[in-house]
Amino acid sequence: MLASLIGFLGDFELAEEAVQESFAIAAERWPRDGEPDNPRAWLVTTARNRAIDRIRRERTLAQKTKLLEVAEAREEIADETTIPDERLELIFTCCHPALAIDAQVALTLRTLGGLRTEEIARAFLVPEATMAKRLVRAKHKIKAAGIPFRVPPDHLLPDRLSAVLAVTYLIFNEGYGGRADLAAEAIRLGRALAELMPDEPEVHGLLALMLANDARREARFEGGEVVLLSDQDRSLWNLDQIAEGRKALDRALALGGRGSYVLQAAIADLHAEEPPDWPQLAALYGELARLTGSSVVELNRAVAIAEAGDVESALGIVERLELDRYHYLHSTRAEFLRRLDRVDDARAAYERALELVHSDVERRFLERRLADLAG
Amino acid sequence: MKYMLLIHQGTTPLPGTDEWASLSKDEQKAVYADYQSINQTPGVTPGVQLDSPESATTVRVENGEALTTDGPFVAIKEALGGYLFFEADDLDAAIEVASRIPAARMGGAIEVRAIVER
Repeated sequence: MLASLIGFLGDFELAEEAVQESFAIAAERWPRDGEPDNPRAWLVTTARNRAIDRIRRERTLAQKTKLLEVAEAREEIADETTIPDERLELIFTCCHPALAIDAQVALTLRTLGGLRTEEIARAFLVPEATMAKRLVRAKHKIKAAGIPFRVPPDHLLPDRLSAVLAVTYLIFNEGYGGRADLAAEAIRLGRALAELMPDEPEVHGLLALMLANDARREARFEGGEVVLLSDQDRSLWNLDQIAEGRKALDRALALGGRGSYVLQAAIADLHAEEPPDWPQLAALYGELARLTGSSVVELNRAVAIAEAGDVESALGIVERLELDRYHYLHSTRAEFLRRLDRVDDARAAYERALELVHSDVERRFLERRLADLAG
Repeated sequence: MKYMLLIHQGTTPLPGTDEWASLSKDEQKAVYADYQSINQTPGVTPGVQLDSPESATTVRVENGEALTTDGPFVAIKEALGGYLFFEADDLDAAIEVASRIPAARMGGAIEVRAIVER
């Protein structure tokens, strides 16, 4: 309801206040006069009318023209089918590139996710006052700078959609480390996007990717230790999510999707097989590496090639990568060296990895590998 | 909405400099053509071109006394070079015009700011 009002009014604060006022009026009138036939429509209509009154009183120029053109709202206008379009407009507005990325994330969680300011603050480990200020500034920027409320026109859509997907994925990754509620929020957003933009392959790709990763959440740790994919207790995997993810991936591929989220989702899906199709994975990582130019993806390609049997080539790839401060580079190199029986070199590589690792769980994992070398 | 587009030249080669002279004739022509096209865009009110930031004088007043310093308020390479006004439906339209200003692609940047209307 908030979404449709924001789209209609072009003003977050006004919409929020109007919604509050309409609820207050309902709380006062309905017990006395009885509930209206369509309570939702009544609330929306009342909120719109309160907002229109307020605007007429305050009379400022600019983007209220949309509102001023509309005659007094009538109950028939509060139609369910207009709402999805307005949600989509809202998503693109929250993720407009003129807003700082922090603001995009916070605004998306607040207005689309309906999270309370304190919940968002907690998720990103900032004081509530800081998050409140961030939201206020973002809303003000939208109004003051004239950020439009609309789905971007075709020539802007590819970049803008990328931004929306990036914000969604950012939220998911924040949650992936442990805050399941954030991950769930991102998935919810992903599902909404898939419904609102069913012909965009990358939208389905991102949803598939998030579901595939989230499905394995329970199996990733055991007794506080990282569990490798191949060692995971598959009975802890969420099969419904895996199935839903597969469906989204199929949809993306049927639409001809070959973008970075679709590729990552296809890779995640292949990884879940037993045993994984390593040559196919190597090919997909290769495609993704060419698309993104990412050294980390190249590293993963090297791992797939090693698993497919060619450790020498894999080592060659790894040694050409410029990722010296990335502990996974060194731990991967150490693993390849170990398989090639170059124990001293492997030991040195594990030690370098240990210098760079930042999580306790991963440190213990590396220490175990190092100890196993000696034995 | 009314916007002001503030043109910061940054390291953009400007006519009269060696850097400008080393541009190809086509690149130079493109700069003039871009400015002409922008100034003819509906909604645009051309501004003026400012003299180089090096020639600026900055004025402050302390204890009733005007103090001047040589140069612009900000660092030379961040200083303003020119401006124009644009009346548009929304920020996206203003961003589109800003992106066509030569400084944006040649080493400078355009700041887009709404004008406060009273």
